[in-house]
Amino acid sequence: MGKVIVVTSGKGGVGKTTSTAALGAALASKGERVVVVDFDVGLRNLDLVMGAERRVVYDLINVIQGEAKLSQALIRDKRLETLFLLPASQTRDKDNLTPEGVERVISELRRVFDWVICDSPAGIESGATLAMRHADVAVVVTNPEVSSVRDSDRIIGLLDSKTVKAENGERMEKHLLLTRYDPNRAERGDMLKVDDVLEILSIPLIGIIPESMDVLRASNIGAPVTLADASSAPAQAYFDAARRLCGEPVPITVPGEKRSFLGKIFGRKAA
Amino acid sequence: MSIFSLFRKQRSAPAARERLQVLLAHERASAGTDLVAVLREEILAVIARHVQVDSDRVTVKLDRDENVSILEIDVEIPLTAALAA
Ligand SMILES: Nc1ncnc2c1ncn2[C@@H]1O[C@H](COP(=O)(O)OP(=O)(O)OP(=O)(O)O)[C@@H](O)[C@H]1O
Ligand SMILES: [Mg+2]
Repeated sequence: MGKVIVVTSGKGGVGKTTSTAALGAALASKGERVVVVDFDVGLRNLDLVMGAERRVVYDLINVIQGEAKLSQALIRDKRLETLFLLPASQTRDKDNLTPEGVERVISELRRVFDWVICDSPAGIESGATLAMRHADVAVVVTNPEVSSVRDSDRIIGLLDSKTVKAENGERMEKHLLLTRYDPNRAERGDMLKVDDVLEILSIPLIGIIPESMDVLRASNIGAPVTLADASSAPAQAYFDAARRLCGEPVPITVPGEKRSFLGKIFGRKAA
Repeated sequence: MSIFSLFRKQRSAPAARERLQVLLAHERASAGTDLVAVLREEILAVIARHVQVDSDRVTVKLDRDENVSILEIDVEIPLTAALAA
């Protein structure tokens, strides 16, 4: 049985879709069977970031409404043969995303794939709560900035109350992915420090992704940054985060700093 | 950039950290319920039962501090309404 991961944030534009694609490709490049699922009905973008926008025929809503089979809607990546995309609908109303339908699709995917990575829409409405509903693991994407941290705190509250795991009294595994980290602004003291964000949100850190032009370039050509330029700083950070998701104890380095973070962060209490 | 420009402005990150800590302590404590909204509605309903108030003449302010919240409700009661009561 595969693991279901939700990539979520509350706030929009913090890097959920970028991270879903990058982590999905990183895991698939190790031979893991991965499907990335776009839950952003009406505003799909994962297809674009993955470079599969011209190959979308059926989508998640079609599968939920019984208009297509799951196997017809899945798009295999052109570069990695164990990587698949389940796109969201661009035209249908998001009310078509029913709780029963989502449950059925996720449990089918879980049987076939090692990793089911759900790209959540922004906000705390039904799209976001359905994306997190069946997750085993949550990756909370946060920018080192006040409104993003506040929204992440809110999302953490929902992860601990509105998910199947929470309702069964189980602990939801949550990881903080700090993205768009700018070492120059950190140096000047105008950006929340890694320790500040960790102390406030008190969930363990899975990675720090630097702010980088390489991310923009990758999305321009339609490739996850981990495939577009595997040696770039953001790609390396995503590869490391993917290894940590698999349970490997890879030390975390703060971009622009020499010190490594391992003992400290994994010693922190998990909320 | 001259070295002096470093002194001109205070670093802003510590302020962000402080504000977040205070805010989130409150938001976590009241998760799921908007206590302030409930109080505001109920207090105003009680007042309206006795005097006629114009909703434009009501100001509600909240000041959240590290340890306490102050809910300030200012209701302007027109003389005529007060006499009628
Ligand atoms: N590390 C980074 N460096 C530079 N730009 C980045 C980085 N991460 C994300 N971006 C850019 O930020 C923008 C928003 O990213 P993305 O679409 O992944 O966010 P999102 O959280 O999925 O947004 P939404 O809430 O709208 O779904 C994109 O233009 C993306 O290229
Ligand atoms: Mg997105």
